[in-house]
Amino acid sequence: MKIHEYQATELFRKAGVPVVSGAVATDVSQALKIADETGYPVVLKSQVLVGGRGKAGGIKVVKDKQELETAFAQLLKLEIKGYPVEKILVVGAINIKKEFYTAIAVDGTNDDVVLIASAEGGVEIEETAKTNPDAIKKYYLQGSPQIDQARWPDFISSVFSTPELQKQGTKVFESLIKVFFDNDCSIAEINPLVIDDKGVMYAADAKINFDDNALSRHEGLADMRDMRYEDPDELEAKEKDLSFVKLDGNVGCIVNGAGLAMATMDIIKLLGGSPANFLDVGGSSSPEKVLNALSIILRNKEVKAILINIFGGITRCDDIANGILEAKKQLDIPVPLAVRLTGTNETEAKAILSKAGIETYSTMREAVNKVVELAK
Amino acid sequence: MSILIDEKTKVIVQGITGRDGSFHAGQMKDYGTNVVGGVTPGKGGQEVHGIPVFNAVAEAKDQTGANAAVIYVPAKFAKAAILEDIAAGIELIICISEGLPVLDMVEVRRVMKGKNIRLVGPNCPGVISPGKCKIGIMPGHIHKPGPIGVVSRSGTLTYEVVYNLSINDIGQTSCVGLGGDPIIGTRFIDVLELFMKDDDTKGIVMVGEIGGEDEQKAAEYIKKEVTKPIVGFIAGRTAPTGKRMGHAGAIISGGDSTAEAKRNILMDAGVTVVDIPDEIPAFFKEKLK
Repeated sequence: MKIHEYQATELFRKAGVPVVSGAVATDVSQALKIADETGYPVVLKSQVLVGGRGKAGGIKVVKDKQELETAFAQLLKLEIKGYPVEKILVVGAINIKKEFYTAIAVDGTNDDVVLIASAEGGVEIEETAKTNPDAIKKYYLQGSPQIDQARWPDFISSVFSTPELQKQGTKVFESLIKVFFDNDCSIAEINPLVIDDKGVMYAADAKINFDDNALSRHEGLADMRDMRYEDPDELEAKEKDLSFVKLDGNVGCIVNGAGLAMATMDIIKLLGGSPANFLDVGGSSSPEKVLNALSIILRNKEVKAILINIFGGITRCDDIANGILEAKKQLDIPVPLAVRLTGTNETEAKAILSKAGIETYSTMREAVNKVVELAK
Repeated sequence: MSILIDEKTKVIVQGITGRDGSFHAGQMKDYGTNVVGGVTPGKGGQEVHGIPVFNAVAEAKDQTGANAAVIYVPAKFAKAAILEDIAAGIELIICISEGLPVLDMVEVRRVMKGKNIRLVGPNCPGVISPGKCKIGIMPGHIHKPGPIGVVSRSGTLTYEVVYNLSINDIGQTSCVGLGGDPIIGTRFIDVLELFMKDDDTKGIVMVGEIGGEDEQKAAEYIKKEVTKPIVGFIAGRTAPTGKRMGHAGAIISGGDSTAEAKRNILMDAGVTVVDIPDEIPAFFKEKLK
């Protein structure tokens, strides 16, 4: 789950990461008040959860009240990658002398959490990683939120040249580690971490993603979700214990298991069709789940045919068959279905469906060929 | 032979009194798995399908001589269940539970370091050595003893592959489900190594998907060490970038984590990569003639 810069800044502040003074505003009077407190010039930063904000003109520096009023009004009219700007972070401007990139992230390949820092600034960290990998310094936390005094001096001196900066940097990193562990983050990033003309270090930006699996053990984190960035169908699916992602095609899919669901989409494409969605009904599927899945898929008017691909294990094929019949009763299903059922209680399921005049298939290839033809 | 588990494996079931744990304990027992006990704190002394229930893993291990544990507890208790197994000296831990926070797994991996313990999962279907032992949630009847080793990041997609092998009369030594999370106990490389050492395994199927770098790491190993015929399938060629596709680890985060990139890297390493799982049996019919 992603949160906005102003929300991440607040978590940084609480943990002791030095941040630039300021606050978030939704109207110009709030913004003026904040600017009076911080003093001009100030930076106005559009709060959107998509990249490329700077290039889209979403960040403006203003030197007085009049400029602020004009710029604020402009930003509120701005749309960045289709998302209107509703909140603007107002912060004091800094005279930046040097920029660093720093982040803490889960490193799945090494089963650990890694702290990354680069003195090369951080506008294009992926680019730096390719062209100058030596400029990116890494410190592995070895699963612990406490820094390891034996390894730390080498790391910190490889990032910062002077003892004074190393001291400030250590404090920033310790606080960032605290934010990361206290909130079950999957990434906590400062880009850029800056040093101003007085030699003081600040987080000039703040980015945090939370681990979705851990949200329930932290009070208040889930409430930070900005619903404008969520697909309502995907949210509803989640509430109903389904995993759903909308795509551009016209063949709806209902599958049990994430891997098989992805493979089903791939094979639809290979055999000449185009998948309309990813949908995993999960294990131990009840008839009700099939009904919920069909009703979500049918909202997409592009869908011309639906493939139900079930490999019964814990999922019982007869549960799925009963779910299809129930859905037929309760919903208007204006498109044809192709149903593939293999595994647990397959025979019973096929009997149930054939009685209702629904044709079934035993292999994925047959069923996909059929549904692609039906969607044409 | 087989890898990881066989008829000598003695299993305890953590969460045996829960809905899933109880159901699958029965299924495993029916398959012939030597299920020697179950663990649910506070429910020691009960029986489930005739299997004795204990309050703690250490007690269950003392009483039964168990050397493997399978975990069906809810995600928020799964870390504690794994750590309890490690403390009790259980050699093989298979965690079926889904939805563990990543930092819980970081801690588990830290505790495991340097210890001779094998963890499979979490968020996985388990391990089966057909005809000998099944630990997990896979439907036993689709498997068949034979010469092929199967390793996969998926559940039902693995069943699809196994089913295609079995109906073509190609059996399996062992099938290992690694799990769909970003941090897992056992990876492709670990299982490929075991399959290479197992003389009865004559060929290998690996089923990967988008996200992470495990297929890339496996490709490096395959290039150097794998001399047995190996065929692969990678799911997620049509998955959009940045969207989590069901599995927590199945997300395209950069050029190297796409299905096409993984397919190419595996093909470069000498793996035959198929487009549709039903093409796998033909590969072995040709190679194992």
